[in-house]
Amino acid sequence: MKKLSFHPCGNYRETYAEELAIFDTWFGRISLIVFLVLLFGLAPLFASPYLLYVLNNIGIMAIAAIGLNILIGYTGQISLGHGAFFGVGAYAGAILATRLNLPFFVCIPAAGLITAMVGMIFGIPSGRLKGLYLTIATLAGQFIIEYVLIQWESLTKGTMGITLPGPSLFGWDIAGDKAFFFLIFICLTAMTWFAVNIMRSKYGRAFIAIRDNDRAAEGMGIPIFRYKLLSFAISSFYAGFAGALWAYYMVSITTEPFNLGLSVEFIAMVIIGGMGNMPGAIFGATFITGLNELLRFATGALMNVGWIAGMGLNMAPLREFVFGLAIVLFILIEPKGLAELWRIVRSSFRLWPFSY
Amino acid sequence: MDFFLQLLVNGVCVGLLYGISAMGFVMIFKASSVLNFAHGELLALGAFIFLSLITWGKIPVAAAFILTLAGCFLLGFIIERFFLRPLIGEKLIFVIMLTVGLAAMFKGLILLIWGGNLHTYPEFLPPSLEMQLGPIYIAPVYSATLVISIVFLILFGLFFKKSSQGIFMRSVADNQKAALSLGVHVRRVFALSWAIAAMVACMSGIVLGIINGVNVHDLSAIGLKVFPVVILGGLDSIGGAIIGGIIIGLLETFTGGYLSPSLRDVVPYIVLVVILMVKPYGLFGLVEIERV
Amino acid sequence: MGDILLQLNNISVVYSNVIQVLKGVSLSVERGHIVSLLGSNGAGKTTTLKAISGLLKPENGEVTDGNIIYNSVNIQNRAPEDITRQGIIQVLEGRQPFKYLTIEENLRVGTATRPGKPYKEDLEMVYHYFPALVKRKKALAGYCSGGELQMLVIGRALMAHPQLLMLDEPSLGLAPLVVQEIFRIIKKINEEHGTTIVLVEQNANMALQVAHYGYVMENGKIVMEGTSAELSDNPDVKEFYLGMAASGMAKSYKDVKSYRRRKRWL
Repeated sequence: MKKLSFHPCGNYRETYAEELAIFDTWFGRISLIVFLVLLFGLAPLFASPYLLYVLNNIGIMAIAAIGLNILIGYTGQISLGHGAFFGVGAYAGAILATRLNLPFFVCIPAAGLITAMVGMIFGIPSGRLKGLYLTIATLAGQFIIEYVLIQWESLTKGTMGITLPGPSLFGWDIAGDKAFFFLIFICLTAMTWFAVNIMRSKYGRAFIAIRDNDRAAEGMGIPIFRYKLLSFAISSFYAGFAGALWAYYMVSITTEPFNLGLSVEFIAMVIIGGMGNMPGAIFGATFITGLNELLRFATGALMNVGWIAGMGLNMAPLREFVFGLAIVLFILIEPKGLAELWRIVRSSFRLWPFSY
Repeated sequence: MDFFLQLLVNGVCVGLLYGISAMGFVMIFKASSVLNFAHGELLALGAFIFLSLITWGKIPVAAAFILTLAGCFLLGFIIERFFLRPLIGEKLIFVIMLTVGLAAMFKGLILLIWGGNLHTYPEFLPPSLEMQLGPIYIAPVYSATLVISIVFLILFGLFFKKSSQGIFMRSVADNQKAALSLGVHVRRVFALSWAIAAMVACMSGIVLGIINGVNVHDLSAIGLKVFPVVILGGLDSIGGAIIGGIIIGLLETFTGGYLSPSLRDVVPYIVLVVILMVKPYGLFGLVEIERV
Repeated sequence: MGDILLQLNNISVVYSNVIQVLKGVSLSVERGHIVSLLGSNGAGKTTTLKAISGLLKPENGEVTDGNIIYNSVNIQNRAPEDITRQGIIQVLEGRQPFKYLTIEENLRVGTATRPGKPYKEDLEMVYHYFPALVKRKKALAGYCSGGELQMLVIGRALMAHPQLLMLDEPSLGLAPLVVQEIFRIIKKINEEHGTTIVLVEQNANMALQVAHYGYVMENGKIVMEGTSAELSDNPDVKEFYLGMAASGMAKSYKDVKSYRRRKRWL
């Protein structure tokens, strides 16, 4: 297909293929390839172990955030249980790996599938509920899953936690931040590619139709309940996949991290990144993970400042405060998120010097 | 049998507390259809302001109570004015996430100022409120709760059903455009409902603080328990909130007493899911009148 | 003309800063009169009313040019709660009751412009005009019929003691008999209270029967005005709005001239 070298200044698409294309121009495709090559080639070479650790975390969170973006941003169903689904994936992966001794490349997708199933169960209320009622139902799902993870001790070892074996591929041990970097970012690239392509298929269009007006969508012959469930399943698959990956990366897991706070962080990623925008979810994951690390540093540093330490103030809650403030400010000032800011920056470059 | 009765009474008392906590939540929802996830933090804020006034400020209890309520009234006003007003007409998720963000901000702030430890109020309730019904003992604070919740319930009932301001508030919740066309001051109604709700939340925070001690984490957890309560009672019914509170309270104490203490905290949410599946608008909520 | 209550001087209305809906509308309403505003869909009638009542703002609309003078005060782009307190009440198109409030509570919302004042007499007055509402007064408005709702929303507006009542398509979706009843009451309100009424209607026939004066809008402009009698006799109005050919026979689409004649207005 013919590719343009510049963006047209209007909608001149003539075929469906043009409408569906991911990249309008060669420039877009090439710059993505360049970016990926640089990411895989340079980051592991030059990044410090700490930076790699942060990058890996960003990669995992981005996978889960993309999943939530499919549910919230594209299908319009708000879920407050994504953190719990992430936990289900982590536990499913860990249990499969320790009990059944399955290799990691089976465990991780299998964990995703199991989570997708769990997600569908908690998506059932979406057949009858909309908007805030559904939100509350998923909130209940969050607590119920948390409870099950802690209490089903025969399976999850409760608060003891599970330690996973290191993953290996054809006798190759994947250990250390660098090896995981490749694993995680290959997964992220594949999952992003998959998500982008779902969204331009019949399913993606059905999701968007449901988001924009579910009654009208039903009138157009879209079986909305089935599609909502599917959306829950896909979104939970991403969460579970990311969770299992995280479990392998962390080596040992407990139930603690998978609380409501994590679910809120995921939604914050989707909102701050930009709802209904694939790169947005990755931006959001980067922002939130980066913010968390930054705040950890800042509060740590503040505690060591003489007079604050002298007052005996505990600065750790400052993290929570700033985190909340970031969400609030983004919603009030740029509700379309970082993706929109990125678009503005890009187009001001493109249009320079004649921005009108 | 005594055990059963004691559980019953405890359950009703705990439930009343939930009910009172839910009242402010329902008020906000009724007037502006905002689901307030920062409710638990508002409870905590009220409890802590009161605590500071009576322990650090050494102000008499009654005056401190009134001062706290006034302060929270103002706080509700400010929250509405600066955070929620710009979002009028925005998508649901933004409003929800805004309150989630506010919750994190408040929690961080409270932890910064007061820390995460458990504080207790000095004793100030008259012991004459203590009751002993046969084998059952009712602590003074529970009888105080009972009285407060009944008084507030009646006040709110009258306010919404009879007073003009209450009817205006309901009209705004119902059809904003029509209310605007009749000259209802919609912005004022929103601000007022947040102010009143914040006040009620503070009051319930104080009551909860008297019973359980004041702790951010506990109080914000109660803020989340409000959801099963209000769903059970119907999101927009204040009487329903009280009854929903009592049902959830009973459910919790009985599960805790007879089944397992660990199940206690999750039972309300299991019930919540079941209710949402069977009767999405709660027991007393409005069935959506949809005319196409 | 006599005592002018409301005067629109060449107003333009723009929605979302881009869509211009009114392109210089001027009209004046005499105190105590019923003035009807006719025109096809999308002509800008409802927008004109909203510009007067201040309800443009929530819809991101704005009066960008011209002025609106009411009781010799300039009121364009004021907040609706302010304008309603001056005595201008608009009854929205398509009957917008408060579905979860009872009929009586709905009526009480009408007193929002003068909170705290007694309202019992006004309730009686509304029930006097609309006896059908009395036996439904405890019923939720969401469960009432279209006719009852139309009476309700007019009654609700009357509770505010309007000096200027603006009715947006009161006949929408009602049976002919109910329409007649409503128009009879509108006339009665005007005569008994001296309330000035601006009436936006598709049902030009009914509207011209009760109104004193009429304006015809087309495409965001006033294209014709005159007393009701003049308008009813005008061959163009007859043809385009009253559905009769100039000769009084049913209209024939072969008549190309009518298209040309209509085009002249726009």
